[in-house]
Amino acid sequence: MSSFAEFGNDLYTGKRSIDFVGRQKTWYAVSAVLLVLATIGLFGRGLNIGLEFRGGSEFRISSVTNFDNFEARAKTAVGTVNPGSNIVVTKTSNAVRVQTETFQSTLLTAKVNSALAREFKVSVNSISANTIGPSWGASVSRQAITALIWFLILVSLVLAAYFRTWKMSLAALIALAHDLVITIGIYALAGFEITPASVVGFLTILGYSLYDTVVVFDKVRENTREAEGNGRLSYSQAANQAVNQTLVRSINTSVVALLPVASILGIGFFLLGPGTLLDLSLALFVGIAVGTYSSIFIATPVLADLREREPAMQQLKKRAERYQASQARQESPALSGAQTATEAGQDGTDIQDRDPVSARTSTSVSGRTLHPYVQTGPRNQPKRPPKSKR
Amino acid sequence: MALNPRNRGPRRTLAALIVIVFGCYGLLAAVSTWGDAQRTPKLGLDLEGGTQLILQPKVVGNQRINQGQIVKAVDIIRARVNGSGVTEAEVSTQGGNDIVISLPGTPDAATVNSLEKSSQLRIRPVLQAGSAAPTPFPTSTGTPTGQPTATPTATGKATARSTAKASTAPAKSGYPPALAAATTPAPTVTAPATAPAKATPGATANPTTAPAGTLKNPSDLAWITPAVEAAYTALDCAKPKDIEAIVDDAVKPMVTCSDDGLTKYILGPAEVFGSDITNATFGQVTGTNGVNTGKWQVLLSLNSTGGKGFCDQTSRIISLPAPRNRSAIVLDNKVITDPVPQAALCANNASITGNFTAASSKVLADQLKFGALPLSFTRLTSDQISPTLGGDQLTRGLIAGAIGLLLVVAYSLFQYRALGLVTVSSLIIAGSLTYAAVTLFGWSTGFRLTMAGVTGLIVSIGIVADSFILYFERVRDEVRDGRALGAAVETGWNRARRTILISDAVNFLAAVVLYALAASNVRGFAFTLMLTTIIDIIVVFMFTHPLLSILATTKFFGEGHKWSGLDPKRLGARKVTYAGRGRVTIAARRAATEGNQS
Repeated sequence: MSSFAEFGNDLYTGKRSIDFVGRQKTWYAVSAVLLVLATIGLFGRGLNIGLEFRGGSEFRISSVTNFDNFEARAKTAVGTVNPGSNIVVTKTSNAVRVQTETFQSTLLTAKVNSALAREFKVSVNSISANTIGPSWGASVSRQAITALIWFLILVSLVLAAYFRTWKMSLAALIALAHDLVITIGIYALAGFEITPASVVGFLTILGYSLYDTVVVFDKVRENTREAEGNGRLSYSQAANQAVNQTLVRSINTSVVALLPVASILGIGFFLLGPGTLLDLSLALFVGIAVGTYSSIFIATPVLADLREREPAMQQLKKRAERYQASQARQESPALSGAQTATEAGQDGTDIQDRDPVSARTSTSVSGRTLHPYVQTGPRNQPKRPPKSKR
Repeated sequence: MALNPRNRGPRRTLAALIVIVFGCYGLLAAVSTWGDAQRTPKLGLDLEGGTQLILQPKVVGNQRINQGQIVKAVDIIRARVNGSGVTEAEVSTQGGNDIVISLPGTPDAATVNSLEKSSQLRIRPVLQAGSAAPTPFPTSTGTPTGQPTATPTATGKATARSTAKASTAPAKSGYPPALAAATTPAPTVTAPATAPAKATPGATANPTTAPAGTLKNPSDLAWITPAVEAAYTALDCAKPKDIEAIVDDAVKPMVTCSDDGLTKYILGPAEVFGSDITNATFGQVTGTNGVNTGKWQVLLSLNSTGGKGFCDQTSRIISLPAPRNRSAIVLDNKVITDPVPQAALCANNASITGNFTAASSKVLADQLKFGALPLSFTRLTSDQISPTLGGDQLTRGLIAGAIGLLLVVAYSLFQYRALGLVTVSSLIIAGSLTYAAVTLFGWSTGFRLTMAGVTGLIVSIGIVADSFILYFERVRDEVRDGRALGAAVETGWNRARRTILISDAVNFLAAVVLYALAASNVRGFAFTLMLTTIIDIIVVFMFTHPLLSILATTKFFGEGHKWSGLDPKRLGARKVTYAGRGRVTIAARRAATEGNQS
C-alpha cells in the first residue's frame, strides 16, 4: 500500500519514469499482434450475428401442458438436431416460442418440429413454423451507424476545438478504433452471438475508451503547454511525463471500473453459464482493459509521433536538448555520484522538471545547509554571447 | 462544533444537493402513492417479458401488398412505440406480411390501439353537416342551392384513380401523384358499401364521382353531386360497418361522421395532408386571458405546402355561411374536430382541440409526428410473453454488481484511506440519484432497463468513480507540490474540474447524438449514458467537492493525518518553494536530492 503511494510520488516527480512514449514501437507491435488476431477472428471465423439482425424461423408449440424448465428443454431439443444454433425461447400463456436461425432445408425444419414435439409431448400438428423478420432490421442499423458517424465527427470537432489541435482528435479516434476492433475480434474468436445487447456493450466500451483517452490527453495538454513555455522538455518527454503522472489515476480508475464487471464475469462464468450476462461482461471486461491500455500505450505515443513532426515541436526538442545538456554539464562536476546526469545522458526522458539549484546544496562546517549561491560567491551577470554562438 | 464561516458556500451546495435528492424521492413517493408509478425501475422486454401483438395488414379488394409498404409500416410502428420514450420495444415481421410487436410490460389499450391505426390526417372544408342518423330526405341546408351547373358526366366506370387525375387541378392541392397512389389504399368502387341497401337507387354509382366542369375551390357546393348526397343521406353513424366502409380519397369530397358519432358531414377535398406535418407536439390550451383551460391540444407544424393549403382554406371559409365556415380535421376517416377559424391562419401551424386528455393528445401527437401507416392493420393475436432472459440472470447480475461495489469500496479505502469514505459516500449518492431517476423516467417517459442497460449502469460506476479519483489525484499532486491542504483542494479542483467537464462533455455529446438519431436499443443506451453523465457532474460538483472543501478545514484532513489519505509526508511533500510561473514546487527538488544521496 505505502509502496503504491510512493510509486505515485515517484511517478509524479519523475524519479521513476516509465518510458511509454519512447518505446512506442514495442506497444505498436503488441497492438499489431492483437489487431491481427482480431482481424483473423473477424474474417476467418466471422461474426456470429444474432437472429435479431437477420431474422430466422419461429416454432410455436401450442397446447403445452408442462412448462417446467421449458427454456433448457427447448434448447436441447433444437440442439440435438442442429447443434450450435442461436436460440431464443419465450413462453406465452399456453405456448412456447422457439426462435432460431433460418434452416436451409425443409428436412431440418421438419426434424426440429418433431424433436420439439417429442420434448414437449405434443403432436407435430400443434407446432407451427414461421419465418420471422429481423427486429433490428437494416433501417435500425443504418440509423445507428449514421448516428455513430455523426457522433464521431462531432467529437473530433469538439476535441480539436478544446485541445486546439486536430491531431489529438485523430489519435483519440485511432485508439477508439483499436479498442473496438479488438473487442469485436474477441466476439468473433470466442464465437459469441452478436445481439442488440452486445451492440450496447460495444457502445459502452466506445464511451469508456474515449473518456479515458480524453482524461489522459487533458494532462498531456497541460504538461506540453508548460513545456512549450519553458522549453525544458520536448513534446514527447512532456507527454510521457503526463502519462506517468496520470498512471496512478488510470490504474485506480480501471481497477474500480473492472471490479464490478469482473464480479459479474465471475458469477456468469461459475453460476450462470453461457448467456447474455457472460458475453456482455466478458466484452466489457476486455473492452475496459483495452480502453485503458490504448489511452496510455497507443493514443499518447501516436499523438507524440504526430506532433513531433511539426517544425515547432522539432525546435522545442532542440531547445529541450540544449537545456538538458546544460543541466547535465552544470551538475556533473558538482555531483560525486553524477548518477542522474549519466542517466540523463543515456536517456533524455528521465530528466524532469528539476531545479538546477537543488542538486548542488552542500552543508557548511556547522552542518547547516548552504545555498549554492553562497558557495560560489556573487552571482555572475548574464553575458551576451558572441554573435557566432547566437 | 461551531460552524466555520469558510464553509458557508460548500454547506449551501450540500444543502441544495440534499434538497435535490429528497425532492427526487419525494416526487417518487408522491407519484407512486397517488399516481400510477411503481417504486422500482421498470424492466425491459428481456427481463420482465411483455405483450406480443401480431398485426395483419387489412386487404381491401384485390389490393396487393408489397414488401416496401411492410418495411415502411414496421419503421413507422417502431418510431411510434418508441415515441418520445425509450421502451425498447421490438418490431419485426413474421411470415412475410404480418408485423410482430413485442412491448415490455402490459401496455394499456389506448397504446395498443394507437399502434395499429393508420393515422391518416387530412384537413377538409365542411360542405354540409347534420345529425348523425340517416336522413330520410335531403335537408334544406345548402344542398340544392349549389347544385352543380354541369351535371355529372363521369359515371360507373370512372374509377377513383382516373378521377384523381382529372380532379387534381380543380382541387388545387399541391399534392404529388405518387402520394395519391400511396395514400389511397382502396381506389376501387366502394359505393355499395358506403351507401347501404336502403339508400337511393344511385347507390350503384360511385358516390364520389367528381362533377365535371369547373369547381372554384374545395368549398364549392358543386362537389355535392347527387351520389354524394345519397351517400350522406344513407350514412348512419351508429353503425360501425358504415363507418368502416368510408373511403377517404383526398381529392374527392367525402361523407363521414364525427368522432363521437353525433354529427355527419359532407366534406370537400383535402387541402392539408398528414405528410405535410413536420412536427406535432401536445400541450394545454390557454384561454384568451392566459389562463390554463385544462383542455389539451395537439399542435401541428406544417411545411410550406401544408401551410399554404391551410392558409387558403381558412382565409376562404371565414366569409362563408355556417356550416361551410368550418374546417374539419379528419383522422382515419373520422372528423375529430371542426373548428370555426376566426381569421385566416397562415403561420404554417395548426392546433387541434378535441376531446383530449393529456395521454390521448400525446398519443395523437406521436402518431402524427411519425407519419401515417401505408396500410391499415387488424390485430391477429395479443399474447403475454415471458422474459427472454431468465429471472435468475437479473438477480444474480445484481448480486454480482453488489459484490463488485463492495470490492470497489474496499479498494478505495485501501488506496485513499479516509478519503475513500468520500468516494464511497459519493457513489452512494450517485447510486440513489440514479435509482430515483431511472424509476421516475420509467414513470414519465416509459424508460425501461434492459440487461444491457443494467450492465451499462454497472460500468458507469467506473466512470463516476473516475471523477473522484481524478480529483483526489490532482489534490494529491498539489500536496506533493507542497501546498497546504486547503489550497491544494482548491487548486486541485480547478485543474480536475476542467478535465471532468471535457470528458463528461464528450460522453454527453455521444449520448445526445445517439439518442437523437438512433432507434431502439441504441436509444436506451444513449439515455442511460446521458443520465449517468449528468448524475456524475451533479455528484462531483455538488457533493464531492463541497464535502472535500469542508473536510479540508477539519483537523484530521487539514493537518494530513496518517489515515486521511492526504498525509503530505507520505505524499513526498516537504515545504513550499516558489518555482516561478505561479507554481510552487518541492517534490521535484526532493526527488533530485534523494537521487543524489542514494
